[in-house]
Amino acid sequence: MRLVRRFGPVALAAGLLFTCSDSFAASAEKGKVAYTQHGCWQCHGTEGQGAVSGPKLAPDPMPIETFTTFVRTSNRAMPPYPEAVLSNDELADIHAYLQTIRKPADYKSIPLLNQ
Amino acid sequence: MRRKHPHLAVSRRKFLAGVAVASGATAVPPAKAATSASTNAPARMPSALPPTAHVAAAETGTPSELSTSRIGGTPGSDFMVDVIKTLDIKYVPSNCASSYRGIHESVINYGRNQMPEFLTCTHEESGVGMAHGYFKAAGKPLMTLCHGTVGLQHASMAVYNAWCDRVPVVIVGGNDLDAAHRPPGVPTFHSAQDINALVRDFTKWDDTPVSLQHFAQSFVRAFKIAMTPPCGPVAISLDAGLQQEPIRNNGERLSIPRYVPTSPPQGDSGAVKEAAQLLANAQNPVIVADRVARSENGVRLLVQLAELLQAQVIDQGGRMNFPKTHYLSRPPTVVSNADVILGLELADFWATVNAWTDNGEHGIGVNSTRIKPDTKLISINSSELLTKANYQDFQRFQPVDVAMAADAEATLPALIEAVKTAIPADRKSAIDKRGEAARKAYAEQRERTKQAAALAWDASPVSTARLVMETWAQIKDLDWSLVASSGNVSNWPNRLWPMEKHYHWLGPSGGYGVCYGAPASVGAALANRDLGRFSVSIQSDGDLMYAPGVLWTAARHKIPLLAVMHNNRGYHQEVMHVQRMSNFRNRVASLGNDIGPIGTRIENPDIEYHKLAESMGWWAKGPIKDPAQLGPAIKEAVAVVKSGQPALINVWTQPR
Repeated sequence: MRLVRRFGPVALAAGLLFTCSDSFAASAEKGKVAYTQHGCWQCHGTEGQGAVSGPKLAPDPMPIETFTTFVRTSNRAMPPYPEAVLSNDELADIHAYLQTIRKPADYKSIPLLNQ
Repeated sequence: MRRKHPHLAVSRRKFLAGVAVASGATAVPPAKAATSASTNAPARMPSALPPTAHVAAAETGTPSELSTSRIGGTPGSDFMVDVIKTLDIKYVPSNCASSYRGIHESVINYGRNQMPEFLTCTHEESGVGMAHGYFKAAGKPLMTLCHGTVGLQHASMAVYNAWCDRVPVVIVGGNDLDAAHRPPGVPTFHSAQDINALVRDFTKWDDTPVSLQHFAQSFVRAFKIAMTPPCGPVAISLDAGLQQEPIRNNGERLSIPRYVPTSPPQGDSGAVKEAAQLLANAQNPVIVADRVARSENGVRLLVQLAELLQAQVIDQGGRMNFPKTHYLSRPPTVVSNADVILGLELADFWATVNAWTDNGEHGIGVNSTRIKPDTKLISINSSELLTKANYQDFQRFQPVDVAMAADAEATLPALIEAVKTAIPADRKSAIDKRGEAARKAYAEQRERTKQAAALAWDASPVSTARLVMETWAQIKDLDWSLVASSGNVSNWPNRLWPMEKHYHWLGPSGGYGVCYGAPASVGAALANRDLGRFSVSIQSDGDLMYAPGVLWTAARHKIPLLAVMHNNRGYHQEVMHVQRMSNFRNRVASLGNDIGPIGTRIENPDIEYHKLAESMGWWAKGPIKDPAQLGPAIKEAVAVVKSGQPALINVWTQPR
């Protein structure tokens, strides 16, 4: 029940975010700043690599629709980020930043991980 | 206690004979006085000339009429040292203080500062923390001396950690009970009527002996209670008068009771049989271990049981219970498919089979189950024998199907035999297939873990996986022991290092009181030094800042330890609490001039831990921000530690 109650307005907000995308160009540079300012890095690492405190976000971040829905409605360890705390523009910027993070080398090419 | 008995001296020879006859104790003869007054010193020379050594001794030495003993007999604290020496206590890490000056003097002079050796600490919390770490590496307890009210208050957090971690520590606290005779002012501020009340809720036993014979009984009893599983700290309050007064000749012959270890409690045979039936007939049994292995034998027994059942094992890491290289070693999530779960010495059975998510309506967390509804639960846990009311270390109540208030390591041999008998012949093939599936799952898990470790491998600040593996590369050929890992490095050592021996990992603090990492590392490194092992710790910034003086203790006493700092420049556990509250309240968390919520960062200015360590006699290097520089720096540090000195590498790291 709680999820249904929460998903309604969020889906609407997410829809608005994407329909307005023509007039808003997400900025990876701003996203990196927002990623730090809003504490994402504290649990997910500065490169979105993940940790015991939060799952991997990058490379290959989830689609922005899923990403937005989760950030707004999380009922898991991460508290939901309402728009009053994290604006739609900042959310899109953060997603843009995560998209710029490159894939790591295969662990098989890292000698320390093959001892 | 009565303090004035100048005429009640007793013959030292008779006293020692009594001790020897009663107990066979090996008392160390008192050290000879370093200086003694000369009876025929020359007349003083004109003051323009410097005094000769002979004259100086005559002027500054103890007058001959007092050289035997000003107190008129053998100090009571000498007998206390005789008692302590029967128990093979090697060190006494302590911060010096007036309330135990009597026994302090006896330890270093009468006892020749051997067994136990006094180690100088700069904080009582460090003394207890060192004893905590020492026990987990050596399997033997230490005692610590602790000053009156304020010293015990300083020590209390570390005592609580030891209590929660089931670790024996003998805390001997000075106290001056006699209100009519004790010094006024500070010593009276530092005295209490019932000083042990401060730690009574989290010690196994305590006493305030009122005579020397009472001390002998209480000290041996305290040691015995502390060492009987479930182990735990004990406290003895030592009256200042009892320490300082001479031994009184009241016709009683002093004796030292013999210490005989108590065997640990084993599970009831009926309950063991019932548990074996459940396990032998399970489709998917899972073993969860927390503080099981006290020794290599504990690890061996757990492997034997797991292989017999081909049961997956979740090692929660309270100790190194199960080899990380074993194909049955599995992550916590495997409880979800279990039909029978055997919990061994779990600090928190409820949280093993349930989850609590800090994200409910109105700020209240949400409970959910991790297991299937019909899963059978078996518990073997000695902590059930040691539950007190006030402090909540017993965690939430978890009903189980078979409960044994017993020591798990001691019960495993009987359980293994019962399982062998209980496994039906037609189950053996299915059990073997379980093992094959486990091998495949283990290999896949290793692949995923290594791929996760590769993420942000070249990041700056340094990733915690890189930190851990650069360290591993430099110690892997040594007989290493990871003595502590404070802060949170995403559990990478336990996920990536091939931990197999019981001392490869000593477990966390127990009570999660911060300021365990540094002192426990030093204490464990002390034990490992004597055992010929190489000690390494992952040392967090927050933990070190509580009582960094323990670094000096390590340098002072030449305790070799490699401390690799996980310096993430913040209290990251707390960061998320503030962020969570802000989000729940529709507010943007205020960062001030930092990059985390106000009050959660340790930066501006950045603490130069390498300089802090250097100032206390350590070899140190840092801050290292480039991961490429980390390996060579650790290599240098390892060489220093191998030479017998402590070394610290200050590394700027990712948060977790």
